[in-house]
Amino acid sequence: MLHYLSCLPFLFRCLLAARGGILLASVMGTLLTKVAKWSSEDKLDSTALNSLLLKDIMLFVEDFSALHPHEAEILFEEPLQWNSTLVASDFEADYDINESGEVESQEKDENGCPTLELSPPNISVRNFNQLSNLMNMENDKRLQEVQACIEENRTPLVKILGESYANMQKAVKIDKGEGHKQDSDIKMKLLRLLLDMGKQTVRKLLKEISEKFRLNPAFVDQEVEYLQGFCGSGENRVLKSVQYTSDYEYPNGCRAPLWRQIEGEMCYLVIEPYDTETLYITCSSAGVFLNLGVKDEGDDGAYKQASEVFKNVVTLLKNKSQLFAENLTSQGPLRTPKLVDAQTQLSLKRINKSATPSQREEDKTSEFDDTQKGARSKNISHFSESSYAEQLSSMKLKSQLQPGEVFSETSSESDQSYEEEEQPARRQRNTDYPSEYWQIQKLVKYLRAGDQTATLLTLYALMDYDLTHETYHLAMQDSGGLKVLTNILHLDEVNLQLGSLQILRDISHNAQTRRAIVDNGGLRSIVNVLDSRNKDVKALAAETIANLTSFRRARRTVRKYNGISKLAKLLDCAPDLANVDAKQEKDVEVARFGVLALWSCSRSPKNKEAIHKAGGVPLLGRLLKSPQMNMLIPVVGILQNCADEESCKDAIQTEGMIKDLVQNLSNDNDELRIHCANVIFKCAENKRTRTLVNENKGLQALVSLLGKTDNKKLMAAATGAIWKCSLSPENLDVFQEHKVLETLIGLLTNQPEEVLVNVVGALAEFAQKPANKITIRKCGGLKPLVHLLVGRNEPLLVNVTRVVEACATDLDNMAIIQELDAIRWVWSLLKNPNPEVQSSAAWALCPCIENAKEAGEMVSTLMGAMELVIDLLKSTNDDVLASMCAVIAKIAKDKYNLAVLTDYEVVSLLAKLTDKPGDLLRCHLAQAIAQCCTWRNNRAAFGEAGVVPHLALYLKSSDMKVRHSTVMALHQLSKESNNCVIMHSEGVVKPLIHFMGSDDEKVRNAAADCVRNIRLLFPGQSRAKKSTPCM
Amino acid sequence: MSKRLIQNLAKIISKQVDRFNQTEVECLIREFYAILGQTTSTGKSSLDERKFRSILTNEFGLTNNTIMERVFRTFDKDNDNFVSSKEWVEGLCVFLRGTLDEKIKYCFHVYDLSGDDYIAREEILLMVRNCLRLHGEEDPYDSIKDLVEITLKRMDHDNDDRLSFEDYKKSVKELNIVLEAFGTCLPNATSINHNFSTLAFQTYLFDVFCCQEVWRS
Repeated sequence: MLHYLSCLPFLFRCLLAARGGILLASVMGTLLTKVAKWSSEDKLDSTALNSLLLKDIMLFVEDFSALHPHEAEILFEEPLQWNSTLVASDFEADYDINESGEVESQEKDENGCPTLELSPPNISVRNFNQLSNLMNMENDKRLQEVQACIEENRTPLVKILGESYANMQKAVKIDKGEGHKQDSDIKMKLLRLLLDMGKQTVRKLLKEISEKFRLNPAFVDQEVEYLQGFCGSGENRVLKSVQYTSDYEYPNGCRAPLWRQIEGEMCYLVIEPYDTETLYITCSSAGVFLNLGVKDEGDDGAYKQASEVFKNVVTLLKNKSQLFAENLTSQGPLRTPKLVDAQTQLSLKRINKSATPSQREEDKTSEFDDTQKGARSKNISHFSESSYAEQLSSMKLKSQLQPGEVFSETSSESDQSYEEEEQPARRQRNTDYPSEYWQIQKLVKYLRAGDQTATLLTLYALMDYDLTHETYHLAMQDSGGLKVLTNILHLDEVNLQLGSLQILRDISHNAQTRRAIVDNGGLRSIVNVLDSRNKDVKALAAETIANLTSFRRARRTVRKYNGISKLAKLLDCAPDLANVDAKQEKDVEVARFGVLALWSCSRSPKNKEAIHKAGGVPLLGRLLKSPQMNMLIPVVGILQNCADEESCKDAIQTEGMIKDLVQNLSNDNDELRIHCANVIFKCAENKRTRTLVNENKGLQALVSLLGKTDNKKLMAAATGAIWKCSLSPENLDVFQEHKVLETLIGLLTNQPEEVLVNVVGALAEFAQKPANKITIRKCGGLKPLVHLLVGRNEPLLVNVTRVVEACATDLDNMAIIQELDAIRWVWSLLKNPNPEVQSSAAWALCPCIENAKEAGEMVSTLMGAMELVIDLLKSTNDDVLASMCAVIAKIAKDKYNLAVLTDYEVVSLLAKLTDKPGDLLRCHLAQAIAQCCTWRNNRAAFGEAGVVPHLALYLKSSDMKVRHSTVMALHQLSKESNNCVIMHSEGVVKPLIHFMGSDDEKVRNAAADCVRNIRLLFPGQSRAKKSTPCM
Repeated sequence: MSKRLIQNLAKIISKQVDRFNQTEVECLIREFYAILGQTTSTGKSSLDERKFRSILTNEFGLTNNTIMERVFRTFDKDNDNFVSSKEWVEGLCVFLRGTLDEKIKYCFHVYDLSGDDYIAREEILLMVRNCLRLHGEEDPYDSIKDLVEITLKRMDHDNDDRLSFEDYKKSVKELNIVLEAFGTCLPNATSINHNFSTLAFQTYLFDVFCCQEVWRS
C-alpha cells in the first residue's frame, strides 16, 4: 500500500501531462523508470503493481506484430539484450539452432544479421517481431523475460528508436511541426504506439489504484478520529488538538474548496503537537503534506506544498513530532481497538441514558406529589419553600427528558455537524477517575435536588475546583451538570444566575464543553438572560457567549434565538464614550462584553447581516470613540468582519466612522491598526470612502505604516488599504508626494504573498499613470514582478498580470519585459484553471503582442501558444472569451500566425460566439473578426458561418466601441461579395451611412468603403428589389 | 393616624436615615400603619413578630422560619419584641437600599443565631436543614452535612472551625453571591420593584412610584 501511495503523485502528474498533450512522450519512458518500483539498482520489486505493469507490457508486445506488422519490422536502433532463461528447446520453426545451444532467427536484416540471437544466457533482440514471437511462446517464462528485459534495458525507448525520437520534446516538436522527412513515417507511428500504450497503462493503473488504495475522505476522517484520541491536556497528552480547517463537507466527503479539489486536495488539518510548532497539513488524494498554513478558506498563498508527501497523516506526524513517534511506538497499534472500545462504551452509555428517563420521570412525579401534599398539609402560602422546589424540579424534569430532544436536534443538524474546531473526541475512559470526578458528580446531584440555598452553596463549592482541569469537564458532562447549570438561569434568582454563569464562563474555554453546552440547548438559556435587569448577569452572559461562539453552530444558535439583537442592545451604553461617569462605567463594561460576543459571532456571514439589521453598526460607531483599547480592538474587529457586507460598508461610511478609523491608524497598538487598515481595505472600494480617507489624512497614516515591515499582518492590511485607496486618481497624487510607488517596489521582494497581492494590486493602479510606468522601470520593479508570474497564488497572478498589462504599453518597459521572457510566463498562465487569471493574463498579452519587437515571430515560436488561445475560445466565462478575442485580434496582425489560427478553425469558433451577449465581448469579437478577415478565405468562411446577421445587430448596440469595431468588421467582410448580399438584406446600409459621419476617420472610411462594396453589387437598388423580392 | 402626624414622624425619621427622602419615609410609615391597622385595633404602634413575618413572606418572599425569626430580631434593635415605626424604616433602609458592607453586617447578624458573633457549624446546619430533597431512600442529612462542611471549609479563613465576621466578610467580598449563603434574608434584588407593587402596597403604588422617580432624579 505504501508503494502505491508513493507512486500516486507521479501517476497523476503523468495523466495530467498526457492530457496536456505536451509531455506525452515522457509517459512511456517514465512509466518504466518511475512508475515501476525499483528496489536495488536493477531489480524490479515483486509488487502487485509491477506485475500488473509487466503483464500489460507483455500483452502489448504479444499482439504487436499481429496488429502492426509494418512497425514490428523496424530494426531497433540498438538491440535489446538481457540474460534470458530461455533455452534452445524453447524455439521452434523459423529459428536456426546449432549444437552449442545457440539460436539465430531466420529473419535477417538488410546486412544479413539475424534479428534475434541467443547464446545462453544472453539474448539479443532487434525488432518487435521477434519480441512478439518470444511472448507468443507458450511457456511460463514470459513474464520473467519481460522483467529481465526491462531490468536490463532501462531506456528501452532510446534503444528502440534512438536518442532523437526518445527525447520527448523534440519528438513532439517534429511531430507537431512541418513534418519529418528524413526518418521514416513508420518510426513515428511506432513511437506513437508506444506512447499510447504508456498512456493507457498509466490510466489503467491509476484507475485500479484509485479504486483500491487511494486516500479518500473517509480514510482521512478515520485518521482524524484516531488522532483526536491522542488529544487533550492530560498526562499522556501527545497532541494539543487536531482540527479540520473547514466544517463544510461537500457531498463527496471533501472539505477543500472546489478549486483545490481539482488539484486532488481533499481537506486541510491543523494539528498542534506539544513538542513542535503547529502543523498545517493538506490531505490530498495523492498523500498528505505540509502546507504554508491553510487556516480557513480564502488564503490562497497558503496552499503551497511545503514538505514531501507522506502516505497518511500518522506517518507525517511520526516524521514531524518526536513525541508522537515515541508515543505511537510505545502504545503500538493496540491504540486503535482501544479507541473503538471507548467509543462503543460511550454510545452504550448514551443508549442507557436515553432509556432511563421514563423511570426517572416516575421518580420525579412521585416526589412531585409528595411536595404537593406537603404543601397542602402545611397550608402555607404559595410563596413557600415547596413551590420553589417545585419550580426547580419541574425545570429539572425537563432536563431529564432532554436526551431525546437533543438527539433529534442534532440529527437535523448532522449535515453541518463538522465544525471548524476540533471534534469532541473522548479520551479513553478509565474506571479509576480521580476523586474530584466523583466529588463533582456528587455536587451536581446536590444541584439537582437542592433548594435555592443549597444550589447557591453547591455553586460556591463547584467554583472552588480547577475549572480548567479535564476531570472537571468530564464530570460535568457525564453528570449532566451543564444542563442543570443552564437551567438555573431560568430561575429568577440573580445570585444563582451569577454563580452559574461564572462557572459556565470559565468552563466554556474547553472545546468539548462548549459543544456539550450548545448541544444541550444551554446557549438558548444564556442568550435569554441577556435581557436580565442585572448588569453583571448581562456582562457574564455576553462573555460566556463570546467564549461559546467559537464554532459555527453556536453562532447560528445565537442568531436563531435573537441573540444578535440582544447583544447589540448591550452596546447602547453611554452617549459620549470619551467622558464616562461612574454610573455609565458599568454600562460601558457590559457593552464591552457585548462587543466581545458580537466579535466572535460576526465570523458567520448571516450574523454580519443580523448585526447590521439590529442597528449594531451605528452603535459601534459610537463605541469607536472609546479611549479603551480593550473596547476599540473588538469594535474594529466587528467592523472588519461586517465590512464584507455591502450595506455595512455604506453604514460605516455614512456613520462617519472613517474619521475615527483613520485616527486609530496612528495608534500605538498594532492589532488595532491592523483591524483599522483592514476595514479601510474592505470599504475603500467605495469612492466616497476613499475621498473621506484622504480628507482625514488617512493616506499619510497608511504610508507611515509601510515602514513596519516586520509585522506581516499589518503590512498586508496597510498595503491592501493603499491598494484600494489608490483607485482614486487624486489619492494617487497624494501617494506620489510620499514616494509610495518607490516604497511599494521595494516591498516586491521578501514579503509573504498576502502582502504581495496587495502591493502588486496597488502597483497595478499606480501603473495606470504613464509617468509611473517609467518609475516602475527605473526603480527596477519589472524584474521582481516578472518573477511573481511563476507563483500559484491566483489573486496575486491576476494583479501581476494587470501590472504587466499596464507597463507593456510603454515601449521601453516592453523591451525589458521581453528581455525577461515575461511573455512566455504570462502566456503560460492561460493554462491556469482560474478564469480570472486566464482573462487577466490575456489582457496583459494584448499590449505585449502589440509592442513587442518581432511579435509575430515571437508568438509563433512559443510552443502551443496559439492552441491555448484557441482552446480558451471554448471557455464558458464571458470575460475569458472577450480577452481571448482581444488576443486573437492582436495575434492575427501577423500573416503567418493568422494562417496558423485559421488552421485551428478560429473562424468557426469565433462565429459561434457571435450570438453571445455582453458589450465587452462583442467589441473584441468584432475586432477579432475584422482582423481575421485580412486573410481572404476567412471572409467567405465567416459569411458561411453566419456571422453577418449578428454583426448587423451589433450596429444597434448602445456602446460606441462595439458599433465602431463592428463597422470595421463589416468593412472587411464586405470585400466578399456574398457577404454584401447578406449585409444588404440585413439592412446595414442605412446605419453605415450614419457612421460615415463619424468623428473617427478610420470608422468613417471603413463605413464608406463598406457601403461602396455593397453598392457595387447592387447598382440599382430599386431594380434589385424588384428582381429579387424575397431577398 | 392622621396625615399630619405621619408627616411629622417622617420628618424626624428621615433626618436619621440617609437613603430615603422624606416622601419615601412617609410612604413607608403610612404602609407601616396600614399593616398595623389591618390586623389590630389596639392602640399599639409597633409590629409584633407574627405580623412582621407575614410581611416578610408575602412581600419579600422569605420562607425560612429560622431566618425570618432572625430577621425580626435584627429589625427589633431594642429587643422589645416589637418593631417600631423607626426600626421599620431603619431596617428597610438596609433591606432595600443597603450598601454591600451594610448588607454583610446585616446578614451576618441574621445568621449568627446565638448572637455570639460567630456562625458555628450547628447554626448553619439548623438554617439549611431542609435545603436538599434527594429522591429515593437516601437520607439528605448526610449530604447536607457534607455540603455545609465544604462551605465552612472554604469560608473559614482563619481555620478555627467557625465563621467570624471577618471570615464571612472576606468570603462575600471575594464572591458577592455568597452574601445570602445560608438562606434568603434579603428581598430578591430583581423583584424589589415587583414586590412593591403587590397587594399591600397597591394603594400607595402611585406615591411610591413618585418617591422612586424623585429619588432617581
